[in-house]
Amino acid sequence: MAKFLALLVFLVLAACQPQGARFHGTDVTGVAWGRELQLADPEGRVRTLAEFRGKAVLLFFGFVHCPDVCPTALARAAEAKRLLGADGARLQVIFVTLDPERDSAELLREYTAAFDPEFLALRGSAEETRRAAQEFRVFYEKVPTGSSYTVNHSTTTYVFDPAGRLRLAHSHALGAEQVAADLRLLLAQRY
Amino acid sequence: MKRFATILVLGLAAAAAQAQVSVKDPWVRATTPKQKATGAFMRLEAGEEARLVGAASPVAGVVELHEMVQEGDVMKMRAVPAIAIPAGRGAELKPGGYHVMLMELKSQLKEGETVPITLTVESKDGRRQTLEVRAPVRALRHAPGEGAMKKHGH
Repeated sequence: MAKFLALLVFLVLAACQPQGARFHGTDVTGVAWGRELQLADPEGRVRTLAEFRGKAVLLFFGFVHCPDVCPTALARAAEAKRLLGADGARLQVIFVTLDPERDSAELLREYTAAFDPEFLALRGSAEETRRAAQEFRVFYEKVPTGSSYTVNHSTTTYVFDPAGRLRLAHSHALGAEQVAADLRLLLAQRY
Repeated sequence: MKRFATILVLGLAAAAAQAQVSVKDPWVRATTPKQKATGAFMRLEAGEEARLVGAASPVAGVVELHEMVQEGDVMKMRAVPAIAIPAGRGAELKPGGYHVMLMELKSQLKEGETVPITLTVESKDGRRQTLEVRAPVRALRHAPGEGAMKKHGH
């Protein structure tokens, strides 16, 4: 009887465990935003999230002339992919430019390839970019600096599971090991 | 002879002032062929309180001192007139904090190259000196060996 009670207590506790507790990122499963993305790749083909079913997706918004945050986020994604080993093939990293004015298709292609040849860059018109950012609650603003301008923007990386659902928001502070650990859980569908 | 000794002492004092600020581990992030801007990072150490007030480099048309500030989820970048170098503690120019922004690059910066940078530092009494730095170019995907972003040996 005591054994049964102990088991019951354990089961109740296990059931009460919040779903996202094992993730390093913030669990955003089921939110009403971040569902659609439809932008052109550097070859001009329109790409959507639906085509990456079966893979986990890391989605990051940034710009090429970003000295600090964007290379750090993309380097983290490349390192996380490496840490996944063979499962790295089941990860798609997507970089959406918030500066389509300066980030030409060619510039984007060579930029993401410098991190990993499989990383995908997407680019829209000013209006398409605005809509994509809005869909993912991404803030961005053009700010003049000296003779040029920079783009202040949200630093969150979004994570989709292999079923194509938005699951996690990774803050810029997380390390590659933590990103890889979350991806392993999503790829193994242990959630 | 006495005069010579005085000159010598003055000379030594000047040398000491010159050696006030030192630069450790400078590096510049590599660029792709068409990229026109990147950041330079380093650690500055000072025996006496000083400030980094300017930077120049022959590889860039415009060089500015920038600071990254995280406000909630948004990282903001802004130009700053100077970066304080407290005595003893020094100043860290690293991703997520300060950097020397190299803009209007004249050519691609490739991994393995060296970028000359001239830093202007100002001591507490307003005297300025320049420091010549030779910063190696590291891969675009380079993540400095710190905290959670630490690289693991292959």
